[in-house]
Amino acid sequence: MSVTTYRENPVEQFLRTDRMPHIWCPGCGIGTSVNCFARAVLECGIPLDKLAIVSGIGCTGRVAGYLRLDSFHTTHGRAIPFATGLKLANPELSVVVYSGDGDLAAIGGNHLIHAARRNMDIKVICVNNFNYGMTGGQVAPTTHFGRLATTTPYGSPEIPFNLPHLVASCGAVFVARWTTYHVVQLQRSMVKALKKKGFAFIEVLAPCPTLYMRRNRLGSSVDMMKLFKEKSVVKHGIDTKEVAITNYEDPIIVGEFVDTERPTWLDNYNEIMKKRLGDKYVPWGVNNG
Amino acid sequence: MANIKWTTADPKGVLTGAHYLDGNHAACEGALAAGCRFAAGYPITPSTEVVERFASRIPEVGGVFIQMEDEIASSIALQGAVWAGLKAMTVTSGPGFSLMMEHIGLAAMTETPCVFVNVQRGGPSTGTPTLPAQADMMQARWGSHGDYEIIAVSPSSPQECFDFIIDAFNLAEIYRVPVMFMMDECVGHMTEKVIIPEPEKIKVVERRWTDKKPGEYLPFEPDDDLVPNMVKAGDGYRIHVTGLTHDERGYPAATDVTVHNKLVRRLCDKIYKNAHKIWKWEEMDTDGAEIVVMSYGISARVALRGIEMARERGVKVGLLRLIVVWPLPEPRIREIADKVKAIVVPELNVRAQVAREIERVVAGRCPVIPVGHAGAGVHDPNDIYNAIMEALK
Amino acid sequence: MSTSTGRKFIGLVVINSERCKGCEICVSFCPTGAIVMSRDFNSKGYHYPEFKHPEKCTGCGLCGLYCPDFAIYGYREKVE
Repeated sequence: MSVTTYRENPVEQFLRTDRMPHIWCPGCGIGTSVNCFARAVLECGIPLDKLAIVSGIGCTGRVAGYLRLDSFHTTHGRAIPFATGLKLANPELSVVVYSGDGDLAAIGGNHLIHAARRNMDIKVICVNNFNYGMTGGQVAPTTHFGRLATTTPYGSPEIPFNLPHLVASCGAVFVARWTTYHVVQLQRSMVKALKKKGFAFIEVLAPCPTLYMRRNRLGSSVDMMKLFKEKSVVKHGIDTKEVAITNYEDPIIVGEFVDTERPTWLDNYNEIMKKRLGDKYVPWGVNNG
Repeated sequence: MANIKWTTADPKGVLTGAHYLDGNHAACEGALAAGCRFAAGYPITPSTEVVERFASRIPEVGGVFIQMEDEIASSIALQGAVWAGLKAMTVTSGPGFSLMMEHIGLAAMTETPCVFVNVQRGGPSTGTPTLPAQADMMQARWGSHGDYEIIAVSPSSPQECFDFIIDAFNLAEIYRVPVMFMMDECVGHMTEKVIIPEPEKIKVVERRWTDKKPGEYLPFEPDDDLVPNMVKAGDGYRIHVTGLTHDERGYPAATDVTVHNKLVRRLCDKIYKNAHKIWKWEEMDTDGAEIVVMSYGISARVALRGIEMARERGVKVGLLRLIVVWPLPEPRIREIADKVKAIVVPELNVRAQVAREIERVVAGRCPVIPVGHAGAGVHDPNDIYNAIMEALK
Repeated sequence: MSTSTGRKFIGLVVINSERCKGCEICVSFCPTGAIVMSRDFNSKGYHYPEFKHPEKCTGCGLCGLYCPDFAIYGYREKVE
């Protein structure tokens, strides 16, 4: 059999192909996560015109700019409050925040915990590459203990965040973690998150070969992908207290840790208003979009 | 032709009638009348009544209020709401306004129409939470980093809080710019009669939606008034909006000097070159005046007493009250400067924030005499009177 | 290309060599060794993968899922 026409990668329709190649370094894991995301969106069938993506600043902050969706590249750390306004003003939109560990957990940490507490109906994809990439490899709230960064040239003295535990304890209804090695599982969890009502959070561990790995002599991104493969242990439903990654040598617990239900901010808002105001109140976002 | 469509207020937001309101409550009613359907805020004295009233009124009007975790979040949540299609505002004072600076820059860069209400109190830092000042005027203008222009509106009474916040929303929509509604604690907490007209008498401008279809529409291609027409998320245009320097497609061009130069100049020019359509001021007895007092907000009201005292001694004093403070009505200020002995500028700051700009505009045509006051109170009218008498010499 | 293995499906790989940055993830994680790095460079100076052994390809598509640069796409085609 001979093939004269090849199929187009289904991911292409999501991409602003006129902006390719993208700015990410060779072997950077962000692109891999975007691949999974694009396929997850295709699979779950959300109309692309009703899907908006919001990013903050940083390497992962550039994701919004490469996706052919309504996309917003906001300020450092503030993707979540922007997404909150977008979602509340038009609840018909599916709103995804796609950003990095520094953006979401350091400068944006306050917004992250409050959005989880409110169960705001947005999906947060956090690509964790263990350092600040865009600015040249500084220490992040996720950097492994003792590892090198440009601003911790003798080793980081800090204990990193356990991000799944942080958001789970604030009330997120869906919490998962995968690595860029786990592309199939990651895609599956993204589908679940996109279909989930409420605050969903997926941490994606990703290699940063140019900065974090080179500075710490951890090899290439292929090496880190192999490490992800060897060190990962799938434990669905495990207590998020148990999933911290403090040291580079620690086992990496991956899986879907939380999958539960509770009313969203808007559900509660409408419910309370209805109770207090009766028929005078027209529930927001139900018919009026 | 620019897509400016005037309409009248949605009756749902308009409490027609005569009311006895303070400036903060009146500003909220004005915002609702202007079509504001989303507000995000964080409590801060002396501004909080605006959002408290909004929170209690909005469920029946149809819209959302959310108290965010801080002012940083509030000042960007409203921009999310704008890109989803609503008119939106945030409300704050001193320290909160400082926290919002980055997002004033974002709104300027992404040409997001929105209103920032600042009920000014004394600073720096925590300063005088319960007492007035007008010391954020330069911060309102240029407080975010980088080059940009905004519009600032300053009311002198609760009635004007109602009337002029509607102007603020309209200007935001026409020029796609963040508009600073610069109240002060006195005006915010002063209670007076406020007449809210019938909805059909309130002029409201709609968002300048594009006529173009997806594919032919460029989100940052300016119309003939230098302002691009808009779309919202969910309309199928799949736009990209970024705080990075961007081309007309909205794509980042952060290393392109030509694109940057063109964009920043347009962001400034859309205000400069349309300034004659934005200016708003009120004059009293400026014809034949020897001295003209130029002021705004609460200080313009206090100045009336100083002017009266000078008149009792036979001095011809006029008043030019700025309603839109930024941009300044430069040609009119120069015209007056050519005819008077001096211009006296009372304001509640000691660094002559507006007076200095007036001095720049006047460019030596006549002396410009600032009458500074650190705030936490208003001027003693005697100080304004003395400045007038001094200026005559 | 052709197949004589009697399989109901063949695996196919499409490569956009100009997008490739030569990270080698696709080659390293290809379960059957169907793709290898080319000795040639693209216009940016990166080596890119080559579909060297189509007969080994199962069309699992992992290469495309892993690729951070949207430069490769593997899929399965029915044999007529």
